[in-house]
Amino acid sequence: MSRNYLLSDSIISPIGFSTKENLAAIIRSESALKLHENSKFFENGFYAGLIEESIIDEKFSRIGEPGYYTKLEKMIILAIQQVLDKQPGLKIENTGLIISTTKGNIDQLGKTRYSPDRVYLWKMAEVIADLFGFKTKPILISNACISGALAIKAANDLISSGRFTNAIVAGGDLVSDFVLSGFQSFQAISPEPCRPFSNDRQGVSLGEAAAAILIGKANSDASEKVAYIDATTANDANHISGPSRTGEGLFQSISRLFRNNNIKPYQIDFLSAHGTATIYNDEMEAIAFNRAGLEQIPVNSFKGYYGHTLGTSALIESILTKHSLLNGQLLNSLNYSASGVSQGLNIIQKNEKRELKLALKTASGFGGCNLAMLLKKESI
Amino acid sequence: MSQDLYITNSVLIRDSRVWKNEMLIFKNENEVTFSKFLKAIYRHQELKYPKFFKMDGLSKLGYLATEILTNGEIQNKSTALVFANSASSLETDEAYAQTIQDFPSPALFVYTLPNIMLGEISIRHQLKSENIFFVSREFDASLFIDYCRVTFQQKKAENMLCGWVDLHNNDYDVFLWQIARSGGTDFNEEELKKLYLSTHE
Repeated sequence: MSRNYLLSDSIISPIGFSTKENLAAIIRSESALKLHENSKFFENGFYAGLIEESIIDEKFSRIGEPGYYTKLEKMIILAIQQVLDKQPGLKIENTGLIISTTKGNIDQLGKTRYSPDRVYLWKMAEVIADLFGFKTKPILISNACISGALAIKAANDLISSGRFTNAIVAGGDLVSDFVLSGFQSFQAISPEPCRPFSNDRQGVSLGEAAAAILIGKANSDASEKVAYIDATTANDANHISGPSRTGEGLFQSISRLFRNNNIKPYQIDFLSAHGTATIYNDEMEAIAFNRAGLEQIPVNSFKGYYGHTLGTSALIESILTKHSLLNGQLLNSLNYSASGVSQGLNIIQKNEKRELKLALKTASGFGGCNLAMLLKKESI
Repeated sequence: MSQDLYITNSVLIRDSRVWKNEMLIFKNENEVTFSKFLKAIYRHQELKYPKFFKMDGLSKLGYLATEILTNGEIQNKSTALVFANSASSLETDEAYAQTIQDFPSPALFVYTLPNIMLGEISIRHQLKSENIFFVSREFDASLFIDYCRVTFQQKKAENMLCGWVDLHNNDYDVFLWQIARSGGTDFNEEELKKLYLSTHE
């Protein structure tokens, strides 16, 4: 069976409106996380990665009428448009659209600016698909914080099934009052920019972003490409909102993935962790990575740059992992001070050029879900 | 690559009634509220799972349908969960949004993701298996078929528990079924649609 590849991509975030701009900002150690003081939920303000709608509208006006689309729709559309611009020969009639989000247009709940059905996730997907004229019905995945990577897995699997020949995976989520107040009600929000895996971590920071990537057969002359090898998911079967103390589901997803693909832990050159910077999540990941024999593997969390972008996070992090492989570059795990987990990890503490071939991307989320995915650089 | 897959059993919860394998097994005679209907099913099935009373409506529906479908036991722990609905967690989203102004409720917020239902089913049956949750306007039989076939081909599951569990404005529509390599009805689009629509005259 021929492999599918991670082809053209786009990231729309507070630190850049293209993948290129995002990578340049990461190299400069720039973070989207800024203090915002105008919230009724936080007396002293909160740190988050937010995008001004006026900036989105300015970019969007070249594609369509900004007033017709919600903020999140515009962000996702911008990301998809960038992918299509890089793929002028793409046949849209053979291309699937898979959208990952946790909450979609939840900021529009109870509001009247758009038709009320826009809060349905399938409606948001249809609005986006209609703008581009996708012929196949859009598919929407909402599986908490693993959604973005799970959508890449679904793209690969549905291409294998013959449902379409390639697929654009697009994701997006907002920092809404809904989500902010919810994480605050769990007392999970950090009073400063989040510090994944660090001994001074105090919780998550949230961020908003959209991203898109084309998944399909190799379709250009580039000499090196990143292939999707495989992904597995596993549930903790332990708690609906708290991470497993033993990292069971994450460990199961990694060990099954390695077993199915005959991979040994030492073959992994780079591990892109979930790393939300809550006390329990990061500890859970450290335990699972050690159980899986990954304690020596260079690992980072990208949350220090973006905050937790929910249904987009694993998609953005997969795109960044792809570019780490192609550029031969390990990227610093921003805001890390010193080890704050009980198990040893090889946290990346500075940007470093190095030959990289095989990467492991992991994600975990509410509902006890976990995912592990293998990406491999191939020379063609 | 072709392979034989079969729908081994099914459950429907619709219009104050519950069907198992196309047989009506429970009917609420009197007009009752949605939550009373759920409690009535719980009692009728003689279930004992106190966690049920903490769940939101969507998870209750998923839990109840799973108990009825499996007689309370999923023997094969390599049973993947492939679920979908139309309204995501909107029923609980709206309830949570009501609390934001005064005292945001963590107990409601935790249920504002549709895949929490998969977590509840996984906890109840100790399944550390594959999960995915799709959202589509209507029941999409071909999506289930395509995704499930590939999951079997990739040997990521030996059995599958699939579900369409939708809830919004107290309107509910629940269809669960299991897929295995032997026994039962052919797993194809026509049969799946027929089963889904089997309560309609």
